[in-house]
Amino acid sequence: MTANISAAADAKPAASRVLTFDLGGEIFAIRAESVREILEVPPVTRVPGAPEFHNGLINVRGAVVPLANLRFPFEMPEQACDEDTRVIVLEEMVDDSPEIIAIFADKVTDVYEMEMENIHQPPGIGMQWRPEFISGIGRKSGRFVIVPDMTRIFREYLPR
Amino acid sequence: MSANDSVAAFRSEAADLLEQIEQGLLDLGQSLDDRALVDTVFRGLHTLKGSGAMFGFDALAEFTHHCESAFDKVRKGRAVATHDLIKTILSAKDHMQALIDDAATAPRETGDAILEALRLAVIDSAIPDADAGHDQNAAIARDVSVAPDALAEAISDAGWILRFRLPPTCMINGTNPLALLAELRDLGATSIHALSDRLPSLADLVPTECQLSWEVELPSDVTRDLIEDVFIFVMDDMEMTLERHAADAGATTASTQPVAPIAAAGDGGASPGKASASNVIKRDESVRVPAERLDELMNRVGELVIAQSRLAQLAHQGSVDEIVLREISEEIERLSSELRDTTMVLRMMPVGNLFGRFRRLVHDLSAETGKTIEFATEGEATEVDKTVIERIADPLVHLIRNSCDHGLETPEARRAAGKSPGGQITVSAHQTGSEVVITVADDGRGINREAVRAKAEAQGLIAPETSLDDNELLQLIFHPGFSTAAQVTNLSGRGVGMDVVKKTVESLRGTIRMESVQGSGTQIMLHLPLTLAIIECMLVRVGAGRYAIPLSAVEECLQLPAGEAESTSGRSFLDVRSELVPFLRMNEIFQSDRPTDLHQKVVIVRSGAQRVGLVVDQIIGNAQTVIKPLSRFHASAQSFAGATILGDGAVALILDVVQLLSSASLPPRPSSDWALGEAA
Repeated sequence: MTANISAAADAKPAASRVLTFDLGGEIFAIRAESVREILEVPPVTRVPGAPEFHNGLINVRGAVVPLANLRFPFEMPEQACDEDTRVIVLEEMVDDSPEIIAIFADKVTDVYEMEMENIHQPPGIGMQWRPEFISGIGRKSGRFVIVPDMTRIFREYLPR
Repeated sequence: MSANDSVAAFRSEAADLLEQIEQGLLDLGQSLDDRALVDTVFRGLHTLKGSGAMFGFDALAEFTHHCESAFDKVRKGRAVATHDLIKTILSAKDHMQALIDDAATAPRETGDAILEALRLAVIDSAIPDADAGHDQNAAIARDVSVAPDALAEAISDAGWILRFRLPPTCMINGTNPLALLAELRDLGATSIHALSDRLPSLADLVPTECQLSWEVELPSDVTRDLIEDVFIFVMDDMEMTLERHAADAGATTASTQPVAPIAAAGDGGASPGKASASNVIKRDESVRVPAERLDELMNRVGELVIAQSRLAQLAHQGSVDEIVLREISEEIERLSSELRDTTMVLRMMPVGNLFGRFRRLVHDLSAETGKTIEFATEGEATEVDKTVIERIADPLVHLIRNSCDHGLETPEARRAAGKSPGGQITVSAHQTGSEVVITVADDGRGINREAVRAKAEAQGLIAPETSLDDNELLQLIFHPGFSTAAQVTNLSGRGVGMDVVKKTVESLRGTIRMESVQGSGTQIMLHLPLTLAIIECMLVRVGAGRYAIPLSAVEECLQLPAGEAESTSGRSFLDVRSELVPFLRMNEIFQSDRPTDLHQKVVIVRSGAQRVGLVVDQIIGNAQTVIKPLSRFHASAQSFAGATILGDGAVALILDVVQLLSSASLPPRPSSDWALGEAA
């Protein structure tokens, strides 16, 4: 396990530990090492005037953290929270400085070692999502797993 | 680790000493023959040398040693203090700072040049003094090492009897009685007796305390000044009597006054080079806290621990007595608010530290511009958050430079205008309510409104016919597009313009105001919050969201008249005691999707001269809020100063009233973005 994590830092890791979650009927996978914690949905404060993608604020043990919704970059219809809905708190490097930001997940499903050789470049056609938001598409038990490029997505929404 | 700590401690001590030396020198510049100031500076140099050597700052110790030796001549009356000398030692002080920051990069030539200049300064000033040798005391002080026997005849032939007792704690402070006695011996003391009259019994004897006193006979050729000099560092705490001896002390041994050699500054250029700006070293931030404040904090923490254990006890009891529970809750509430206040105060520093730096600035600017400038400070004891002090330093430097450069006239122009030839710059601070006002005032030419208007029109900031009141006109100076070419050249290198001053003040949640009377001077007032961490807010509800409005901006609260509940016309004005007050419907601005409450409230806020009503659904009450900054993702949400966490754990946004009003103000006036600028 540890060997794999340290290998992930190298140029060509064979496998990477990921956290998978459901969102809008798709499976997403993000690097487990960028996940700080997973919370039940706390009270969300709306920020008037902020882009819909991240117009929420939550209290994560005394820190005010922006809450983003990946449905917007992936153009998925809105859906109400239910008992499976979770908030994943991430720490990502955005423009060389770490940003703490939380994202919604319809359901957090698994943590596993994702084989790098199973990850493919997103195809140029047959996909309505913006290709730059996706760093790769993998497979797991017969279903597609989307690996979003979180840094790219966050940078898209950072005010200039 | 401990070595690093002690080096850091030395750096901090050295910063204080340098400060003390600089202040002493600047004071000395105003009254050149003040002996007490000369002693202060000398003591500072001497201590700096000593502790520098102790902590391995050898280059510093050596350099300071030479400065000290040169300055010692002034102290001993062998040279006179001159403005040139003070200027040289000031630049020496800058070099010492560079040596402390990083001895390796501090240019050696600068140091040598300073020492050479210093050597010349004390020699030059000594010559005229030597000619005027009618001051007997000074003459003795000057020549005692050369011909003590000859001079001994000139004065009374009686010797001295000196009795002195050091404070018991002197050895803890590093005073070495033996060294003092050795110095007296060097002066020619013929007999030294220890007096043990106050020596306690062995049982009561504390070995680290000095309980002895001494009686010393000194020859008559030694002057009182020389004897007192021996005790210069302990004089304030000791008992000392010095009287003439009836009988002659007999054989006078020639005393050799130790005179440290003046540095032969070899190849360095003789020009008094100004020390280059010391490179800024990133130091670990530390705050000096008076011990009593820490004690107070400890007391509060102690009480909190007791309250907590009472609470734990109560929790373990089977049935909970509600009255006791409420009592403990109130106790904890009181303690936590006291703890908060006490902790806040730890970050507060008197602005005097900051003002002290400006004396040097004005001194240098005065030399640079050839204007005589009198600099005064008021309210040095006013305390402000450390962060505010640090961030406000550069803007204040800029304002003072502006006053010196542009505000004050040349002596000739001042005379022509019927003013005293010397200009006056005053920096003052005082506290009003929850804010501190720092004022930079000069009695110079004031601001020429026509010139400002012409400039603004030329820069395209205002249309030629725009009518502006005086305040709006003055605020133009803070507009980013306003800086003039002349300003840029004069102040280049600092990279600060008036717009940056304003931005810095605003980033500290402060406001900037300006008053200027043409012909008689300008005042710039910075209104700054006492602390940045906590603000008193009014909590309101708009739709489903709760918002905090800083209480400092709130003027009053009203019920929204029933007729105004629906936005029917384009008109949004209220008649508040026959004053026209525009209002903003917050549920529209915040795009709330809930229907508005039946009885809406109006919170009237002030931004500068403008009063605006904010229509909210409910006023929840007042709260102390700890400000949390918003992340970079919400940097464009300018209507908010930050967020805070409410008692129930939810996040509430804190309104930035100034930004909210300026973004909501209507565009017909081209100056809209800074018409509100007074409070912006």
